[in-house]
Amino acid sequence: MTVDFIFDLLNQFLPGFSGNGFLLLFAMLIPCLILFGFIAVYALVVIYAELKVSSFIQDKVGPMGQGFGFHAGKWGLLQPVADALKLLTKEDIIPGSANRVLFIMAPFMIFIGAFVSFVAIPFGESIIVADLNIGIFYILGVGSLAVIALILAGWSSNNKWSLYGAMRSAAQIVSYEIPAGISLITVIIITGSLNMQEIIAYQQGGIFNWILFDNPFIPVAFVIYFISALAETNRTPFDLPESESELVAGFVTEYSGMRYAFFFLSEYANMFVVSAVAATGFLGGWQSPISGYLDSPGWSVFWMMSKIAFLIFIMIWIRWTVPRLRVDQLMNVCWKVFLPIGLINIFGVAIWTVLLGS
Amino acid sequence: MGVVHGQEMVLNIGPQHPATHGVLRLQVKTDGEVVSEITPYLGYLHRCFEKHCENVTYEQVIPYTDRCDYLASMTNNFGYVVAVEALMDIKVNDRVEHIRVIMAELQRIASHLLGLGAFGLDVGAFTPFLHMLRDRERILDLFEMTCGARLLYNYMWVGGLSHDLPVGFVESTYNFLDYFEPKIDEFVNLLVHNKIFVERTADIGRMPQEVAVSYGVTGPNLRASGVKWDLRKNDPYSIYKSFEFDVPVGEGGKGSVGDCWDRFYVRVLEMKESIKILRQALASLPKEGDIHQSIPKKIRPPKGTIYKRTESPRGDLGYYIESDGTNIPYRLKMRSPAFTALSVIDEIAAGWLLSDVLAILGSLDIVLGEIDR
Repeated sequence: MTVDFIFDLLNQFLPGFSGNGFLLLFAMLIPCLILFGFIAVYALVVIYAELKVSSFIQDKVGPMGQGFGFHAGKWGLLQPVADALKLLTKEDIIPGSANRVLFIMAPFMIFIGAFVSFVAIPFGESIIVADLNIGIFYILGVGSLAVIALILAGWSSNNKWSLYGAMRSAAQIVSYEIPAGISLITVIIITGSLNMQEIIAYQQGGIFNWILFDNPFIPVAFVIYFISALAETNRTPFDLPESESELVAGFVTEYSGMRYAFFFLSEYANMFVVSAVAATGFLGGWQSPISGYLDSPGWSVFWMMSKIAFLIFIMIWIRWTVPRLRVDQLMNVCWKVFLPIGLINIFGVAIWTVLLGS
Repeated sequence: MGVVHGQEMVLNIGPQHPATHGVLRLQVKTDGEVVSEITPYLGYLHRCFEKHCENVTYEQVIPYTDRCDYLASMTNNFGYVVAVEALMDIKVNDRVEHIRVIMAELQRIASHLLGLGAFGLDVGAFTPFLHMLRDRERILDLFEMTCGARLLYNYMWVGGLSHDLPVGFVESTYNFLDYFEPKIDEFVNLLVHNKIFVERTADIGRMPQEVAVSYGVTGPNLRASGVKWDLRKNDPYSIYKSFEFDVPVGEGGKGSVGDCWDRFYVRVLEMKESIKILRQALASLPKEGDIHQSIPKKIRPPKGTIYKRTESPRGDLGYYIESDGTNIPYRLKMRSPAFTALSVIDEIAAGWLLSDVLAILGSLDIVLGEIDR
C-alpha cells in the first residue's frame, strides 16, 4: 500500500524512468530506511527511559549532566548516545575457537527478525508499510526467527555459558509462543480477520469498543499475552537466557561492540513489536479512546505510540521490581497454567461470540 | 518423574563470576541444568593473614583483622581485642564497652543489609539491592563520623578505642534507627513475601540441623536451621548480658526449616533485634569515661594461650592466640565462620538446579576475604 503510493509518486516525478524496476526497488527501500531510522531513534529513547525509570524505582538519580558539554547533556539526555558511540568504537572481538560464520550471522539474524515485524505495524489509517491480510500471523511468524538466532549465537560462541543461555532461550521462546498465539486467537475469533487494520477497524468508537472490554474472557487473554510477550522478549522475570547473576551474560557472553549492540537493539525492537501487537489486538490500535475526538492521522500516530509506550513502561516497571524465575518454574507456568487457561478461554470466547456476538 | 541422564559437563563458576561474592571458584558437574557435585576452590584472595600476625606487634594485627571480613570490620576488631584483653586481663570501662556494642550492632545491620541485597541480586532482584545499599550508606556515614573510615576502621584498640564518639553521634544514630525501622518492613514486603522470591527460595537448599551442627556451621545459617545458638546469649562477652533481645531461629515460614528463605528471614529478624540492642545501648551510654583509660603502654601479654570467640554477623568468629611473652604473637589462628559455611555447600546444594546452587551460595552469605584470609 505504502510501497505502491511511493512508487506512483516516483513515477510522477521521474517520468523518464516511469515503470522502471529500479523505482520499485527505491519505493521499497525508502520505507525500510525510514523504519530503520525510527528503530534507532526509538532505541535511544527507550534506553534513556529504562535508565531513568529504573533510577526512580531504585531511589537514585540516574544519568545527570549540565548543559551540552562533555557530560551526558541536560538530565543525562545524551547518555544513550554516548552508550551507542562507545559500543560503535569498541574493538570487535571474535573468539578464536568460535565458528566465525555463524558467530557473525547471529546478530544480523536476530535483528532481521525484529525489523521485518515492523512493516506490518499500523500507526494510522494509511500509515503502514505493508498492510498484509495476514498481518498478525506474519508478525508472530517472523518473531520466531529470533530463536534460531539465539541458538546460533549460543552455539557458535563455543562457550558453556552461551550454550546454557541458548538452550534456555530455545525452550523458553518456543514454549511461550503457544500461549501468546492462543490468546491472540481469541482476538481473531472476535474480529474474524488476521489483518491488523481490520482488527483495529472493528474497535472503532471509543474505549468501550476495544476488544479488551468486548467480553469477560478477553482480559484474561490479554494478561496471558502480555506475560508471554515478556517471556518472548527475554525480559525479567523471564530473562533466564541472559540471567546475569547465573550465566554471566548468557548467549551474549562472547559478544562485544556493535554485535552486542545488535542484540541489545533487537531486544528493544522486540519489546516494541509485542507491545504494538498488544495495542492493536486489545487496546484499539491507533483509535482514539474517545470516539470522534482527536482522531486525525497525526493523532492516530500519537495514540498508537502512547499505548505502546504505556505497555513498555509496564515492562520496565516489572523488570526492576521482581526477581527471576527458575527454568523449571518457567516451564510449569507456561504448560500447566497458561496453556489450559488459554484453551478454556478460546472456548469461552467462541461460545460468547456465537451466542451473543453481532 | 523419571530421571534421564545425559552427558556430564564440568562448569567452572568463577573466579570471575558475578554471583561468587568475590574470587571463589566452584567447579560443578552438571547434567543439563542439574548439578550433581560442587567443589569449591579457594585461595584466590589468600594474603597470609596468620603468618603476617606472627611478624607484627599485637596492635599492628588490628588493621589486618579489618581486611579479613571486610564487610564487618568492626566485629572482627571486636573479637580480636576481646581475645587480647582476656589474655592480658584488662578491664575496659563502661563507656568503651557501650560504644563497642553500638558499633558492633551497627556493623551487623550493615553486613546483613549487604548480604541480603546480594542474595536478592543472585535470584535476579536488582532493586532491593540498591535500596539496601542506600541504607547501608547511612551506617557507613555514622562510622565515618566516628573514625573517618568507611570500610576498614581500625577502630577498636586493645584496652580502648581509637576515637571517642563525636558530638551529635547519638542523635544521628537515633535518627537512623527511626528511619530504618519502617524500612525493614518495606524490604519484607518487597522481597520476603514476593511470590517469585518465595518460589525461588522456599524448600531450596535445606540444611538439616544435624548437617549444620556436624559441619560446624554457625551464625544466622545455623539459627536458620532451628538451633538457638548465639554467642551473645550462650557465651556472653563484653556487656551483652545486660541487654534484652531475642535470638530468632528459622521456623520454615514458607517451606521447611533451614531452607534459603529461612536463612534470609532470620537475617531480617536479626536486624530488628540489633535495633533493640542499639536503642538500649544508646539509652544507657555513660556520659563520662576516658576511652583511652585502659590502653596499656606496651602490649606484652603473659606467656600462655587463649581462645576467645565472638558473634560476628556471619557466626562464631574465634581467635586463638599463643603468646610467648614478647610483643609479637607467637601464633594466631582465626576461626572463620564463612569458611565453615562454604564447606557445607556440596552437602546441601548437590542435586539442585544451577540457578538454585547460586541462590544457596548467596543465602550462605560468605565473604571471601575471611575464607581465604
